[in-house]
Amino acid sequence: MNYNNEMNLSFISRSINESFARAAVSAFAAQLDPTLEELEDIKTAVSEAVTNCIVHAYPDRVDRIYIRARLFEDNTIEIVIRDKGVGISDIDKARAPMFTTGGGERSGMGFTIMESFMDSLKVKSKQGRGTTVIMRKRISMRYAGRIGA
Amino acid sequence: MKIISTKREGELKIAFEGELDHHAARSALSRISQLIDIELPRKLVLDLSSLSFMDSSGIAIIVHSYRRMNELEGSLVISNVPGQAYKVLSAAGINRIIQVDKALV
Repeated sequence: MNYNNEMNLSFISRSINESFARAAVSAFAAQLDPTLEELEDIKTAVSEAVTNCIVHAYPDRVDRIYIRARLFEDNTIEIVIRDKGVGISDIDKARAPMFTTGGGERSGMGFTIMESFMDSLKVKSKQGRGTTVIMRKRISMRYAGRIGA
Repeated sequence: MKIISTKREGELKIAFEGELDHHAARSALSRISQLIDIELPRKLVLDLSSLSFMDSSGIAIIVHSYRRMNELEGSLVISNVPGQAYKVLSAAGINRIIQVDKALV
C-alpha cells in the first residue's frame, strides 16, 4: 500500500522525552483528522512504547530511540518505534498482562494498553540487538470529501 | 505534574494536575507514599480531574496506593477520572478491583 507522508524522529532515552515523543507523533497524526479520542489513543500507545525503550531496552545507559510514522492512503497511521538495546528474550511473556521486570514503579500493562488502543501490534526483538514495535491504527473518515489529502 | 493534597476528618484527598507518565511517576509515587504515611487516612481519594494525560505509570501508582490503604484497613476511591485515563484504567481492569468514578463531561 502507498503512503502519503512519512516522518522520522530520533532522540536519546531520557524520560523527559516521553512527553516530547507522544506530542510529536500526535502532531503528525493530526493530518489524518482524527477525533480527540483517536489522538489520545495514539499518544498513550507511543508513551508506553517509548517508556519500554527507556526502562527496559537501555536499563543502564542513555542511547537512541527511533520513531518512524507513515500515513497510508486508507487513513491508517503506522508507527514504528525501534531501539538498539538489550532485546526481549521471551516476547510472549513480555506481552502478557501484569508481567514486568520493572519493579514496583511499573504495572506490566504497557503492551496490553498498546494492543487495546491500536488496531494491531507487532513486536520483533533480538537479544543484544534491540527491539522494534510496529503499531497501526485506522483513523475513521469523518467527511465524504477531503480537501488537500 | 503537580500534586495537591487536602485533609478533612480522616479523608485524605490527593489531586493530580498535568501529565502522569513514567517521567513524573517516581516523584509522584514517593510523594503519595509520604502523604499516606504522615496522615494515615481512613479514606484516600485520588482526584484525577486536572490530569491531562495518564499512561500505565498511573496504574502502578494506583495499585501501590490500593495496597497501602489495604494495609491501613482504609478505603480508596479514584474520582473525577477523565476519558483518556478512564480508558487506560479499564484496559487494565482496575475498575473491577477499585472504585473508579468517571468525570462528568
